[in-house]
Amino acid sequence: MARLEEYRPIVGGDTLEELRLLAGQLKGRRVLHVNSTAVGGGVAEILSRMVPLLRELEVDTTWEVIKGGEDFYAVCKKFHNALHGDPVEVLPRDYQVYEDVTDQNLGQMSLDADTVFIHDPQPAALVKKRGSMKNRWLWRCHIDISRPSPQVWGFLKPYVERYDACVVSAPPFAQKLSIPQAMIAPSIDPLSDKNRELEPSEISAILNRLNIPTDKPLVTQVSRFDRLKDPLGVISAFEKARAYSQARLILVGGPADDDPEGAAVLAEVREKAAGNPDILVLCLPATSHLEINAIQRASSVILQKSLREGFGLTVSEGLWKGKPVIASAVGGIPLQIAHKYSGILTHSVDGTAFWLRQLLNEPGYAKKLGENGREHVRQNFLLTRHLRDYLLLFLAAEHPGSEFIRLQRPSGAPS
Amino acid sequence: MAGKRAAEPFRFCSRLSLTVLTGAKARDLSEFLGHLRTVPESVIYQHTHRFLQQHQHLVPEPANDFAYWATQILGDERLGERLASIDTVRFDSLAGLRDAMVAAIEAHLETGAVCRAVPEGKEFHFMAAVKFSLPTRYEAFDLAGFAEGLRGVSISSLYLHVFEARLRPPLGINDFSYWLDHGLGEKALARKVADLDPYTHTLEGLRARILGFVESRMREEAHG
Repeated sequence: MARLEEYRPIVGGDTLEELRLLAGQLKGRRVLHVNSTAVGGGVAEILSRMVPLLRELEVDTTWEVIKGGEDFYAVCKKFHNALHGDPVEVLPRDYQVYEDVTDQNLGQMSLDADTVFIHDPQPAALVKKRGSMKNRWLWRCHIDISRPSPQVWGFLKPYVERYDACVVSAPPFAQKLSIPQAMIAPSIDPLSDKNRELEPSEISAILNRLNIPTDKPLVTQVSRFDRLKDPLGVISAFEKARAYSQARLILVGGPADDDPEGAAVLAEVREKAAGNPDILVLCLPATSHLEINAIQRASSVILQKSLREGFGLTVSEGLWKGKPVIASAVGGIPLQIAHKYSGILTHSVDGTAFWLRQLLNEPGYAKKLGENGREHVRQNFLLTRHLRDYLLLFLAAEHPGSEFIRLQRPSGAPS
Repeated sequence: MAGKRAAEPFRFCSRLSLTVLTGAKARDLSEFLGHLRTVPESVIYQHTHRFLQQHQHLVPEPANDFAYWATQILGDERLGERLASIDTVRFDSLAGLRDAMVAAIEAHLETGAVCRAVPEGKEFHFMAAVKFSLPTRYEAFDLAGFAEGLRGVSISSLYLHVFEARLRPPLGINDFSYWLDHGLGEKALARKVADLDPYTHTLEGLRARILGFVESRMREEAHG
């Protein structure tokens, strides 16, 4: 796991100094993170990197995972889909399962840390234990709740309002709540296999292994085979743009064996791409972080033509590699791209085709977009900014209602 | 010859902020105007200054979120231009800045502008921020120390001492100019820094300009 000092060449010494000064304000406090899984998924990935860095900064941090059976996780999946706005039937016994598992976990967990930081809906009801406890409770919602099912949100909202504050990832996810709502965007780790710098020889070797020719500029979309990622629209846009430009499209996604709809979408994509030698459809194992990194770095243009998106961190991943990104203006993507400055925002197949043609034919402008995009990500979407926002959140929770907080230099801080 | 030395040092601080969401949103210009009239001043500040910190490396233009939404989302370029051209540097209070924004929209509506609703997901979300002031390790008693601090601090520090300083007492003056004048007696240098229009520079560009003024003054001092 990367140490804080390893981020210095990327984010600068002043950023690390800020982190140390902020963490110094929290010395002696205990922070407990609780989520529903130790491995797999974006939340566990972030926590596995964030918790060691918090400890390195001497913020006494622990991480616990709630336990539940298959029925509990099936209910949580229903909650997750319903909060995303999908029509899902949630039955009275589903709520009972959720309550029962919460109570079982409450019997086994010590929740007396100074700050209890609960992630996502699965452990949200743990807050029922806080009663007269004097510690601070924060709820972090990592999912898009802009159009939640009224039934499920109506069940969760009374729990959420027992927290001191909640945190969402983008402005559209804000709800009408009686507690403060902070906005903290997710982040990418520039030192992870998915994002770290690669030698040209590493990139070539990986492309050779995957049989990806480099005789034409590569245009890439990385996403699972899901209709909301609009892979068929990507092919249409590419074919329109290709009438004017030489290029090769790569659609990269994960295996769809366990997802009937994903498998169907993958089959449709393969059918639509069939017969066009300039379209490659790659289905790589979920652990192919280095391969994804190499493909993105070898690409001339990155696409993210989603119809709907939570935050859409693949956009930041592309921008971080200095690539021009054309992406739909949905979810958190407009936070990552300022149109025509740090990337291109589009709303349709035609718009995507138009800008793809422009960028393939204007490499100078495309390069500038990529440079601006990388700098924008460096300043706003790296793990160190995320860490800083969490430290600020913990400090803000200690000063409820304050709009302005003046911090003093901790005694003993290096000068 | 040794330069002047201040009795009280300039202490470089840094500004950090945590974005908070108010839950208020506007689907059309009429709703937007209603919220703009009533939201706390911290919301006005956030939307007229957030861009400077988050996009400062891209463009020096004084882009604000209101102008961006009007142009890019409402598709009303005339209004967007009107809001973008409001001279933020001219206002030494957020109340005055709010009034100017409100007046611009009212005038625009009087011309018969259509008040159409934006699609779902494109609403304007009103935000504010919890602001933190954080001391850095830099403090200066003279121009050499001041230049060293200017070189070493983060752009968040420049943001605090140049932009935010103008909106708190003594109003209308940045922290650097105030200290250079009242702490060090460098009136001409203080004036030069005060005369910069910070909204037309990127923060790194601003750092380079101020540093250039200071180093030039140090050379003058060195040559007697």
